[in-house]
Amino acid sequence: MNYDVAIIGCGVTGAAVAYELSKYNLKTVILEAENDVAAGTTKANSGILHAGYDPKPGSLMAILNVLGNEYARSVCKKLDVPVKWCGSFVCAFGKEDDMTVKELYGRGLRNRVSDMEILKAEQIKKLEPNLSDKVTSALYAKTAGVVSPWELCLAFAETAVKNGTELKRNFKVSSIKKIPCEQCNKEYKSAYSITSDDGQSVNASFVINAAGVYADEIHSLVSKPAYKIKPSRGQYYLLDHEANGIVSRVIFQCPSNGTKGILVAPTCHGNIIAGPDAVSTEKDDLAVTSKGLEYIAELAKKSVPSLDLSLSIRNFAGVRANSTEDDFIIEEVPESKGFIDFAGIKSPGLTASFAMGDAALMLLEKAGLHIEQKKKFIDSRKKIRFAELSSEEKVELIKDNYTYGRIVCRCESITEGEILAALNSTIAPVSVDGVKRRCNAGMGRCQGGFCSPRVIKLLIDSGIEPENIMQDKNGSYIITGEM
Amino acid sequence: MNSVYDLVVIGAGPAGLAAAYEAWNKGVKKILLVERSSETGGILNQCIHNGFGLHHFKEELTGPEYAARFASMLKSTGVEVALESMVLDFKECEDGFKTVHLVNPKDGFCEIKTKAVILAMGCRERSRGAIGIPGTRPAGIFTAGTAQRLINCEGYMVGKRVVILGSGDIGLIMARRLTLSGAKVLACVELMPYSGGLARNIAQCLNDFNIPLYLSHTITDIIGKERVEKVIVSKVDEKRKPVAGSEIEFECDTVLLSVGLLPENELSKNAGIKIDRRTKGPFVFENRETLTSGVFACGNVVHVHDLVDYVTKESETAGKGAAQYILSQQNSGASFNLKDAVEVLTDENISYTVPQYIHKNTEEKVVSIFFRVRSVYKTDALIAVYKTDGKTKTRIASFKREHMAPGEMEQINIAVSQFTDTQNDFKILVAIEKPEEAE
Amino acid sequence: MKELICICCPKGCHLKVDEKNDYKVTGNSCPRGEEYGKNEITDPKRTVTHTVRVNSHTHPRLSCKTDRTVSKSLMFDIIKELDKITVNPPVNIKQVLIKNVCNSGADIIATQELV
Repeated sequence: MNYDVAIIGCGVTGAAVAYELSKYNLKTVILEAENDVAAGTTKANSGILHAGYDPKPGSLMAILNVLGNEYARSVCKKLDVPVKWCGSFVCAFGKEDDMTVKELYGRGLRNRVSDMEILKAEQIKKLEPNLSDKVTSALYAKTAGVVSPWELCLAFAETAVKNGTELKRNFKVSSIKKIPCEQCNKEYKSAYSITSDDGQSVNASFVINAAGVYADEIHSLVSKPAYKIKPSRGQYYLLDHEANGIVSRVIFQCPSNGTKGILVAPTCHGNIIAGPDAVSTEKDDLAVTSKGLEYIAELAKKSVPSLDLSLSIRNFAGVRANSTEDDFIIEEVPESKGFIDFAGIKSPGLTASFAMGDAALMLLEKAGLHIEQKKKFIDSRKKIRFAELSSEEKVELIKDNYTYGRIVCRCESITEGEILAALNSTIAPVSVDGVKRRCNAGMGRCQGGFCSPRVIKLLIDSGIEPENIMQDKNGSYIITGEM
Repeated sequence: MNSVYDLVVIGAGPAGLAAAYEAWNKGVKKILLVERSSETGGILNQCIHNGFGLHHFKEELTGPEYAARFASMLKSTGVEVALESMVLDFKECEDGFKTVHLVNPKDGFCEIKTKAVILAMGCRERSRGAIGIPGTRPAGIFTAGTAQRLINCEGYMVGKRVVILGSGDIGLIMARRLTLSGAKVLACVELMPYSGGLARNIAQCLNDFNIPLYLSHTITDIIGKERVEKVIVSKVDEKRKPVAGSEIEFECDTVLLSVGLLPENELSKNAGIKIDRRTKGPFVFENRETLTSGVFACGNVVHVHDLVDYVTKESETAGKGAAQYILSQQNSGASFNLKDAVEVLTDENISYTVPQYIHKNTEEKVVSIFFRVRSVYKTDALIAVYKTDGKTKTRIASFKREHMAPGEMEQINIAVSQFTDTQNDFKILVAIEKPEEAE
Repeated sequence: MKELICICCPKGCHLKVDEKNDYKVTGNSCPRGEEYGKNEITDPKRTVTHTVRVNSHTHPRLSCKTDRTVSKSLMFDIIKELDKITVNPPVNIKQVLIKNVCNSGADIIATQELV
């Protein structure tokens, strides 16, 4: 099968590029190694939409962060992605930190970040009464927010697929070979044959490498990369809704003693998140450690002394795609024309994702891709979220479809109708966690204890054999057999 | 479904069933029993083992049989049962009535007005996240109740080699269930130096199958990429901290967590019902009324019980209390004046009592106080009950016990005549003493 | 002298059984405990509770039990027999599903109603 563009990796970066490309008359395919999108780093981070004062001025990080933050407002609205524009504080604990705050403010100005203010202790206490009395000043960035990172990835990917993009899941790329252009599209000067480890194969004139922590390995399939991914794992506490409101904004700490500090933030699902730490690990090491949790607990209490970590409902970890470079690696590989890296996308990668499409388009056009805007493009997406409806809307909805009258996830009030909608969505889930990411069933305080048997039953009804229902990735079977 | 009732009972597990039945028998006519499942019985439906009803029915029944008795008793009444119905919220209105919002496939989203509410929502299980076990997050980690539901109600096996964390009755029962269902249970691991479950369950669930019980141990790591591959179990010291070097490795594909039950009071909290941090359930009076007039509570939502027979008893009390409230046209809508109540205090040996308050003008002749001790008493102990004004205390009752443990809820009965003294401000204090400390 | 826990009721009395003295039982609070103590040493008995397959999408399992205690040694054989059958609704509580299962002297009876 011949394509114009093949995107390797359907995390938020790959999905964002796919979304942008789907606005044009192109044959695009996304190749995702796992059984679902957002399977890697995308689903395991803080979900912060940074204002953009942190990256080095002039860097890709800075440019894409600020542009992405701007785009995010309209895109989240269009594609119905849950987002909270709550703003952020970078807190200073003393004179040295106060200097850092001023420095960040200056950097923010240079990065064209708007709506920033340096606050004094009394102002901080008024806005965030639960912050430590030891906070001496803070950089308040009003353009910061929190988003659901996997829902964003799903929104990008679903919209791309709705507009004609093909998504191949369970396609683990094992080789990429340069092939004669006539075998793919003789209009272009580059062509690649991409094969999976189980023998599937596609041809594409252009390749976007958005493979996350595996970007260097994918790159090495065509040529020796000039960079290396240095995976760094971060752990988190996720607190029950009861903790909601303890802080209203994202609370950062000034970097000190070589560490970045940790954040305490609301999530757009009404929880509180605390973390992450940063430890060099293997690419697939997602373990939570007692040391890491202790470290986060101590630092979290530094910002919010009354934070009750016994309200934690879940700990999780994600691996960042840090690299040997300081900046994002977004460029056409010189020795492999038509092969474009989107590598080393660590923070502020999530915020920058909204602008990754622009970057991809620019580089693809430069590399020779002909683009023609589609006349018809579905640029919207709407989901039914029962718990957010008014009483009247609930009445009408259930009258129209009685499955919305059956609540399956009692912690989050998620209905059978929403689960069925998830099972029938554009990119259908194959796992219990896949259902969770699409409609929030299982995300609450009992962590699926009550609803998972019911979700499993619905997955079986949708046609999956009991032993093939995964908790998440392939191999994470739940049921070992029938009695 | 109507829009106005005298009584709405939230939950048709053993608590709600008994409360609704009692309220009906005591004269309340418009009762709505709301149940989220497609059948009544609550958690009993998945408790297919024996051990229920020895006190209440003088027979040993399985969970489903116990539930069926009440379901059939209820059939002979005019209590309306709404199945597949979830209460989204309820609140007090200015006129003293309560508004309940519920949703179900048949009637849709409904707003119901009622004179009184009985909370019978039961409890949920504590999850892995809540106790922060380190390690990866592979498939194959279940709370005991979830595994029980999958096995007993859906007929699915959840694993082949199992390690169970928690030796409370649920963990013990599942040890047997898994073994009989064809799995190998490698160990039951218990954080405390004693098991929280009944001795009979140690005998018939662990000893019968030679399953080892590791006391003063806990799981310190779960390892596995996509499915559990092994767990590390470590000994713990007196402070319940893992002892380095004591690690035991178990190769297994399943971890079952039986690490505590939490009363499910989301609805109560959202309605402003005052919750006792010690029980995690509402503060209640001897008639099981909460501190919000016209809202009663019974069963595991008030405090986690050991025997369903006592849930039934407590729920009958709540049903009777609600009936009295409804039939006496009481609907002041105001929260109580706690000056009309006697608070029950505890010493440091007792974690909580239910009830936490007793009406000074209660019509009962005897009030039962339920409580749990904080540690194990292997020899004679004395339960001493005092009347105290904060400065001095007078003993009004005492009870001897040969053996007490946190896993076994205790009950003492106090004659109300002991505190008909409504003049002064006083409280009741329940304390555990050594028998020689008799004054 | 054998020490064991009586499983007849939640009390769990600590029994002492003197096998050298006609299996005399002490420590029991009731006659059932005495009977249990004697049996447990000579021929331990248990009630078996399990579920059987049902031809129903909404109610795929039916809980059941032996209507009296059976020899402990037969437990797994009985489970095997139960795993072989499938029942069809309707079923009443106490309905016999298997008579004299594994020659144990006990019937398997339903403990749930199926409409």
